[in-house]
This record gives sequence, C-alpha cells and structure tokens, in this order.
Amino acid sequence: MDILNNIFSGQVPIEAYLGISLIMFFAGIYGFLSRKSLLMILISIELMLNAAEMNFAIFNRYLYPEHFEGFFFTLFAIAISACETAVAIAIIINIYRNLTSVEVGSIDEMKE
Amino acid sequence: MAQQIIFYILAAIIAIFSIMAVSSKRIIRSATYLLFVLLGTAGLYLLLGYTYLFAVQIAVYAGGIMVLFIFAILLTNKPGERVRSELRIRRYVAGITAAVGFAFCAHIIYHNVNKVSQLVTLNEITPQFLGHTMMGTEKYQYLLPFETISVLLLTCIVGAIMIARKR
Repeated sequence: MDILNNIFSGQVPIEAYLGISLIMFFAGIYGFLSRKSLLMILISIELMLNAAEMNFAIFNRYLYPEHFEGFFFTLFAIAISACETAVAIAIIINIYRNLTSVEVGSIDEMKE
Repeated sequence: MAQQIIFYILAAIIAIFSIMAVSSKRIIRSATYLLFVLLGTAGLYLLLGYTYLFAVQIAVYAGGIMVLFIFAILLTNKPGERVRSELRIRRYVAGITAAVGFAFCAHIIYHNVNKVSQLVTLNEITPQFLGHTMMGTEKYQYLLPFETISVLLLTCIVGAIMIARKR
C-alpha cells in the first residue's frame, strides 16, 4: 500500500485522521453500551461527539480548504455539547439526591 | 516530517487514552483519560491549521466540561471506589457491536477515500475574518446561528440551575 511507502515522507493522509476519529467514536460506543454509571455513559457521549466534530474539521481541511463551513460547524457543535453536558450533569445530580445512586438500573420507578 | 511525527504521537495518545477511558474500573481515572483525549484532539486541530478551534477546544472542553465532570463525580461517588462492572455477556455484546461497526465504517472509509487528496496550505483565519463571518448576514456568514446559540446557552443555564437547585 502506498500508505506504508510514505509513512514519514509526504503528508499525513486523510485516512490517518479519519482512522483516529473512528477509533474515538467506537470507543465511545463501547463505553455507552457497556457501562453502568450515568457519568461513564456521559463520558462516552462526549467521546462520540468529539469524534464527529473532528470529522467535520478534517473534511473541511482536506476537501474544501478555501471554505470554512466545517470549521464553523465544529465551533457551534462544541458550544452545543457544552450546554448539553451541563444540563445532563444537573439531572444526574438531581437523581443522586433522590436515589443516592447513579446507576442506570436504579432508575426504575415512575412517579405516581 | 515533523508534522508526521507529531501527528503519530498525538494519534497514539488519543487512541490509547480513549480506549482506557471506557474500560477503566475507577471513574476518576476515566475522567482524567478523557481530559488527555481532549487535549490530544486540540493538538490535532492545531496541526490541521485551525488555531481558533484549538483555543476553543481547550477553553470549553478541557477547561469547562472536564471541570463539570470532576465536580459531578466527586459529588456523587466516593473517590477511589471501584465501579461494579456490568455482566460479562453485556460487555461482550457491546464489544462485538463496536467491533462490527468499526470494521464496517473502516471499510467504507478506506474503500472510498480518494488517495490523492492533498493538503494545500491554508489561508490563515484572521480575527477580522472570524468576526465578519460570525456577525455578518451575507450568504456564508453566521449571525443567526450565533444568536441562536446564545439563546440556547441562556436556556441551558436557567434549566440547569432550576433542576439542580436545593429545595
């Protein structure tokens, strides 16, 4: 493969960047499906979001270097994910106050 | 050549720490590994040439969201306590799902990516350009999303305070 030929000469290929965001995204998916604590699930969601934002910046840089839509989308996505994390953590703290546990399995009663 | 070395170091940091973050037994360690992943991602943005995105990633993600996480972890767990892990079958199903999805997406990427995409030098994004684009109302300018984000931030502040206030 010519990836192995110019591993230290030439430029970093786009597949290398995309591979990194792929690893981050599927690490987030594994963590989301296999963790019990709500905060661990939130950490996995942050990993997934970060990977998607990195994808936008990478495609903007490699395929459309004179436009900036991907760059601005990443900026707005970072702001949105900050808002969403803040509200999620507020909800988790409220759950802890009522149930003294932040495990996913402990939230199993509906309000009467 | 220096770019490739720095890229491979950052890539190794991101890959290793993101896998350790989702498979660690203690939750504070997961949060710390996530912090390293976010700093590595900021370094990748700097390597791509987007200096403003590098600064925003460090300020918002590594400096804001991680502090929120550490607060929430210390308010809801005893620090140092080991997380009881899930059932074995659930972890295997999650691992298989992630691996299948990874293989599928990796096949799509490496089959379809045009191998001659070059890295042209980027025109530097000056603060004047950033200001005009963020506050302008022409075709490729983003005043409306900017104002919408500010309303969203206000809503989330009010919502988070209302949810988490002491009764």
